[in-house]
Amino acid sequence: MAFLELHGLTKRFGAFTAVEELSFAVERGSFVSLLGPSGCGKTTTLQMVAGFEAPTEGKIVLDGKNLAGIPARERGLGIVFQTYALFAHMTVEENVGFGLEMRKVSKAERKRRIAAALDLVHLSHLGDRYPRAMSGGQRQRVALARALVIEPQLLLLDEPLSNLDAKLREEMQLELRRIQREAGVTTLMVTHDQSEALALSDSIVVMDQGRLRQDATPFDIYETPQSSFVSRFLGKSNNLSARLDSTGSEGSALVCGSLRLHGPLVDLRPGPVEIALRPERIALVDPEAGQLRGTVAERVFMGNQWLLRIETELGDMLVMRYNTGRAEAEEGEVVGLDWKPEDIRILPVEETSA
Amino acid sequence: MTTQTSRAWLLSAPALVLFAVLLLVPLLMTFMLSFNSFDFYGGIGTDLSLANYAEVLGDSYFYEIFGRTFLIALITTAICAAIGVPQAYILYRMSPFWRSITVLIVIGPLLISVVVRTLGWAILLGNKGVINTALMDIGLIERPIRMMYTSGGIVLALVHVMVPFMVLAVWAALQRQDPATEAAAESLGARPRTIFFRIILPQAIPGVLSGSLIVFSLSASAFATPAILGGRRVKVVSTTVYDEFLNTLNWPLGAAIAMLLLVAVLIVMLSWNSLVERRYGEVFE
Amino acid sequence: MRQNGPLSILFSLVFVSFMLAPIVVVIGVSFTPEGFLEFPPSGVSLRWFRAILDNPEFITAAWISLKLGIASATLATVLAVPAALAIGRGRFAGRDALQALFLSPLMVPTVVLGIAFLRFLSLLGLNGTFIGLMLCHAIIITPFILRLVLASVAGLDRSVEKAAISLGAKPLTVFRRVTLPAIMPGMIGGWMLAFITSFDELTVTVFIVNPSTTTLPVRLFSHITQTTDPLVASVSAVAILFTVALMLLIDRLYGLDRLLIGEGKR
Repeated sequence: MAFLELHGLTKRFGAFTAVEELSFAVERGSFVSLLGPSGCGKTTTLQMVAGFEAPTEGKIVLDGKNLAGIPARERGLGIVFQTYALFAHMTVEENVGFGLEMRKVSKAERKRRIAAALDLVHLSHLGDRYPRAMSGGQRQRVALARALVIEPQLLLLDEPLSNLDAKLREEMQLELRRIQREAGVTTLMVTHDQSEALALSDSIVVMDQGRLRQDATPFDIYETPQSSFVSRFLGKSNNLSARLDSTGSEGSALVCGSLRLHGPLVDLRPGPVEIALRPERIALVDPEAGQLRGTVAERVFMGNQWLLRIETELGDMLVMRYNTGRAEAEEGEVVGLDWKPEDIRILPVEETSA
Repeated sequence: MTTQTSRAWLLSAPALVLFAVLLLVPLLMTFMLSFNSFDFYGGIGTDLSLANYAEVLGDSYFYEIFGRTFLIALITTAICAAIGVPQAYILYRMSPFWRSITVLIVIGPLLISVVVRTLGWAILLGNKGVINTALMDIGLIERPIRMMYTSGGIVLALVHVMVPFMVLAVWAALQRQDPATEAAAESLGARPRTIFFRIILPQAIPGVLSGSLIVFSLSASAFATPAILGGRRVKVVSTTVYDEFLNTLNWPLGAAIAMLLLVAVLIVMLSWNSLVERRYGEVFE
Repeated sequence: MRQNGPLSILFSLVFVSFMLAPIVVVIGVSFTPEGFLEFPPSGVSLRWFRAILDNPEFITAAWISLKLGIASATLATVLAVPAALAIGRGRFAGRDALQALFLSPLMVPTVVLGIAFLRFLSLLGLNGTFIGLMLCHAIIITPFILRLVLASVAGLDRSVEKAAISLGAKPLTVFRRVTLPAIMPGMIGGWMLAFITSFDELTVTVFIVNPSTTTLPVRLFSHITQTTDPLVASVSAVAILFTVALMLLIDRLYGLDRLLIGEGKR
């Protein structure tokens, strides 16, 4: 049995269903992200785990115990809020010590644990500051220390890095991962930022419109997305409509426009499908050699890589090339596009518009 | 002078002229007036002396008036805080629909003339007023309780006049705080009572303090309410100044009383402000 | 966020009743058929509303208050807006002093302002004149407008003006097309608050009116302190109606709470 389990969790607000039949599990000590666009129900899910919202249906089991009916204040979870929710009228130490005070921890013990928590987030020198006099990154650390000092069974992070600027965000990603590992605390994070989820998590739960779309490791979710939505939400992807002719142990035969393509074995019936191809898996070759011909329409240099938009008979294709110190194909140049059959992902056609 | 500075002064010039001529000069003249002598037959003299201040500060009658004025203001402030803070918090938690209605009723009276509102209290508080009649009808009292022409009646009506300022100030402070702090405290194990007293109230304190300052200074210089409900029997500083100017016509004495009121109110305001600044400057914006 | 419990709702009900009590009583009394103040009234009669027509001094006073409110609020707006623009943007020598001066009428007890104006106007021979009243009211209400316009100016993104300049707009066009629309809500809100403050003003006005310029609050005040007949109630009831209508208008246009907290924009 996993440490945290959600079973058929559903939340309705009147006629609106925010979360529908959501089930997934979080292993002890792991870092799991709930990833999805805004309004996908991830925050509502977090609110239900935290105890601020009651599920309409389904249950949440933490360490074998059903959380239904247990008020937020008795769940003993550490929560880092998007706005940090620091107590403006208390110093950093008072903020961090608040949860211990509520637990009637003795003063000496409190002092020791506050010091340890501040040490963990590298803020030992700022204990008597007020939040107002701190930077965004520092406030974030205080919020983290305040949540961790009560030694929670579960740490909940609600878009923890969204209020930081890009550079600080990257720094804090590494920092967050270090702190989570050091504290060894099981963590559930809500985020809309795919790179954050990929970088931090042991496992990612992708949600859309209240439903679970895929639950896998970051690598698997990026490499083998199971839906068009997931393939496009994580990273860049060229998605094309195609028809699956046959599939078997030698691979799949596909028709895409006037092209006949090969792909890996897939558990789908022949018929209309969608194929997804990552920009970095496409090689630029001689115009005559590739599987597809196209004209470079735009070329963007991004430092470590080039991004090219190539007009082909199947529509625009994005191609990413690592910068190896040589100039890339010029705009207007005719090129060939090539890829390995196993780099193609064959996905079912989505009924709903994403 | 830089162009920016001269442009700024140019833009402010019209208002500045009005304020200099019609505010600073008159205040200065009133200040001077308070040093003039007064004779019932000869009118205002041109000599300067501290005689008026000596008269006010040497007469227990005036001490009583000043004492009553500030006591009324103090009690009014305390009651406004005691009932205004909970009401502001309740307002803060209301659903938008009920809140918009309640806001209209709670702070709308600010826009209704104080004379009209005090008239309502006069009708309520009189010996044959609504409250006494009702109490006698249900047999709780045999003879009317005297509420008109008492400090208690003035305080009651002043609370009505002033409490919207307190509710507004506290409510504004509550809105400035991050609503997630309540959830944060709860997740850390705090009970509702603890959340109110340890999280909500402390963050609302700047609002309570600024509201108290407004209520106190306005109560201390209130005129219409004590004039109608206190009449000649329960005089406060403002009504005393009014009588000196428009009945006794001893303007210099009235000016001296008014200057003492001004100084007292300013001292309270400035020291209150610096206290707040010292205590909370670091914590809140 | 937690919901209000039954105790909170009860408290709120009592509070709301307290706020409404004197207003309801005044309106109730105004319908009495009797010749004295009684509540609840023994019947419903418009006798005392008709009596207003027989007492033209109230109607005259109401007209004066209306004209005074409009004139002084407009004058104060014309003076306060440029000052707020100057004070609200950027630092300059004397800025804090200027702002303190323009807000100072809020700090000085009104009775002190009243006698100061009386002293000054009577030396100039302007006491009791409409122009004197208008200037004095403009001073009292300027802080309200200044605060609201300052809040609007603070909420104004300077780069929007710079964008207009970069697109080739001349300074006057920038002001008319970009700045003015941005501070308009604060200006209108400030004007309305100023108008109502002037319309209701008693403490200062009572010192500087003469019988021919008596305003409505002063007329009511002197009537109440002399006699108590239901006429004051019916006049007050009409005044309440007028104010409530104005209040609802403000609330729709601007939000009463925002106006009174003094925020230009949220």
